Amino acid sequence: MRQYTNVIAAYLIMFTLIILVGIFQSWSIALTILNYCLISAVMTIGANIQWGYAGLINFGIMGYTALGGLAVVLVSVAPVGEAWRAGGLNMIICLGVIVGIVFSIRFTLKKIAKSKSRNYLIAAIIIVGILLLRLISAPAIESIEAVEPAKTGFLGGLGLPVLFSWIVGAFLAGGLAFVVGKVALGLRADYLAIATLLIAEIVVSIIKHEDWLARGVKNVIGLKRPAPYEINLQQSPWFIELVEKFHSGKLALINSVSEKQEVLKQLVIDASSVYVKLCFTGLFLTVVIILLIVTQKALYSPWGRMMRAIRDNEEAAGAMGKNVVKQHLLIFILGSAIVGIAGAMMVTNDGLFTPGSYRPMRYTFVIWVMVIVGGTGNNFGAILGGFVVWFLWVEAAPIALFFINLFTAHLPETNEIRVHLINSAPYFRFLVIGTALLVIMRFRPQGILPEKIIKN
Amino acid sequence: MDFINAILVLLNYTIIPALTYGSQLALGAIFVTLIYGILRFANFATGDMMSFGTMFAVLLTYYFQSLGINLGIFPTALITIPFATFMMILYMLSIDKFVFEYYRIKKSPPVQLAMVSVGVMFVTQAIIRIIIGPADRTFLDGEKFILKASEFKEMTGLNEGLTIKSTQAITIVITMIVVSIMFWFLNKTKTGTSMRAYSDNEDLALLSGIDPKKVVLITWIIAGILATIGGILYGLDKSYRPFVYFNNMLPIFAAAIVGGIGNPFGAFLGGYVIAFAEIFLTYAYKKFFTYILPEALEPNSMMQLLSTDYKFAVSFSILVIVLLFRPSGIFKGKTL
Repeated sequence: MRQYTNVIAAYLIMFTLIILVGIFQSWSIALTILNYCLISAVMTIGANIQWGYAGLINFGIMGYTALGGLAVVLVSVAPVGEAWRAGGLNMIICLGVIVGIVFSIRFTLKKIAKSKSRNYLIAAIIIVGILLLRLISAPAIESIEAVEPAKTGFLGGLGLPVLFSWIVGAFLAGGLAFVVGKVALGLRADYLAIATLLIAEIVVSIIKHEDWLARGVKNVIGLKRPAPYEINLQQSPWFIELVEKFHSGKLALINSVSEKQEVLKQLVIDASSVYVKLCFTGLFLTVVIILLIVTQKALYSPWGRMMRAIRDNEEAAGAMGKNVVKQHLLIFILGSAIVGIAGAMMVTNDGLFTPGSYRPMRYTFVIWVMVIVGGTGNNFGAILGGFVVWFLWVEAAPIALFFINLFTAHLPETNEIRVHLINSAPYFRFLVIGTALLVIMRFRPQGILPEKIIKN
Repeated sequence: MDFINAILVLLNYTIIPALTYGSQLALGAIFVTLIYGILRFANFATGDMMSFGTMFAVLLTYYFQSLGINLGIFPTALITIPFATFMMILYMLSIDKFVFEYYRIKKSPPVQLAMVSVGVMFVTQAIIRIIIGPADRTFLDGEKFILKASEFKEMTGLNEGLTIKSTQAITIVITMIVVSIMFWFLNKTKTGTSMRAYSDNEDLALLSGIDPKKVVLITWIIAGILATIGGILYGLDKSYRPFVYFNNMLPIFAAAIVGGIGNPFGAFLGGYVIAFAEIFLTYAYKKFFTYILPEALEPNSMMQLLSTDYKFAVSFSILVIVLLFRPSGIFKGKTL
């Protein structure tokens, strides 16, 4: 039990902080923060598997997150029949062509011996394939995007339940990770970081600019939800009764009936948003707990020991007959798939898909800070890092504002420096996060909750 | 005549812009490569460091303008270069002292240093945004054009005009001067040779009595000069916006790796390779072909290989291809 004291203490402090936000700001904000903390926790579990277990540096988290988000659109949005009739067939042929290109390249790689002419052949296949793709897709894309461009202008999805997309997101991200891993995993650590960063940027720019796929920067809004809608809740009698019961003490104090009705209405509106957020919290918590159990089991299994052995000494592990390349690829796919789930969860939570918002700062570097601050190689640490850093990221601005007001209290309201500082309060979050990372790297390089190795 | 017109179209819309953009990338890429070769880590704060230097140039330009100091037809920002560079070097040296030095002495793995540079990136971004804000700013003044399209048409009587913006000429000229001085320094002076020796083999260099502190100091000074000038030239040519500078880090990395990381001359050429590839692959050649082909063959499409949206994607794809087939870069950098 004693070895877990610091873990329990750290989590207790974290939850106290979130409850304090609930008391001082509002419960709705506290739950929003909690939900995003849980999503960040899933991302950090994914990143931690790659970095903490295997020592692989993946700066492409943004790309996998975006693919997870894309999965939500592709799975849950109802198909746009008109667009499918206009250009669906051509797009399916294009998919066939891509598969054809991939297989013919694989075939050439396998059957023809390594030579200059083989390289030329592959280049020729790629060029011919791309020309063919453009020839087939160009008219189709134009006609698809012409279908009600203000509302749809894309193929739509499959119209399936949105929770299903979380799994699809994992598969999409895992698929991309397979390709990236095949290409880039042989590189040295910092090159791998740069390569994955740039590949993620390519993925996001494709999602941004291929409007027929998911409307690009025009965004997809009003996505399905696995939770009830606030409007419906506010009209259902059982919910109003529940709120009435919950607040009966407060309502009993009010005498006039009309005033009571007014207060109750306001309470129901507040409660409905809290209720919806609680539903999401429940779902996210389930995902985090399942992932935590699975990853903990994996970490302390023979496979986890092998991964650590590979991380700590690749040559020695290889000499013992472990297939380092295969294991690296496997863990790269697993970690990225988990990040894909998180991406799908986030888009589900927001109810909208905005490709323009995927920026490396927010979706790659902040996640990395979470993993390093929390504790590499320790799942509890990584999750805690997700909580702490997300909390700082959100609450840094209000806290900075408080301190600015405190230190400039003696200056007049219109003082230029004071006004400038108050206006730039939101940017203090970068300062807080950066300083946190630098301090942790310097004084506690293993993170708040360091990796624990259980020895029997 | 049509042939000359066609060439002018290419010059105007591809070659001159590519040379300018390439010069800006090249300065950044040499900065990355120097830090990588001598201090041995990938500096993720590259874009923001360039942004930091440029921020001072912008602020000083505004200050000088308010005092009424200017350079006539040249942009006022040129006077601010020494001051901005000085501030940049001061900032870099203090970061090195408080952050990087500790890990260098401990001989931490490069990945750890790269991670630390991510922290520096966050802090630098915060400082920039707190001081100057995230807005888009232009600080170009003085004469905008050296040669206007209309003047050129009058002069030559051709259909197509040739435009040369003063920022384009300034960028190319200053880059050539800075880069030649730097190569002369690296190749001909004693300090430069000791830096190259340190980059090639640290232990051997230390054994032969090279002072590592001095090498690191000089590296940061050169890096500061390159970063500030590169940033100012980019800002003059386009505009100054902190977020764009952060994003520029990506093609700069691509240029440094394509040129062979650790090899300054490779990085210099890599900048142009990336810039030319980006612009040539995303330019719509319709006008060009209308001039050179006979009327019957005139194209009716845009003749564009890739949409301009994929500008960045082009440079990253080149990087991926280079990493796959020639991981040490086109011009042989350090072996990976």
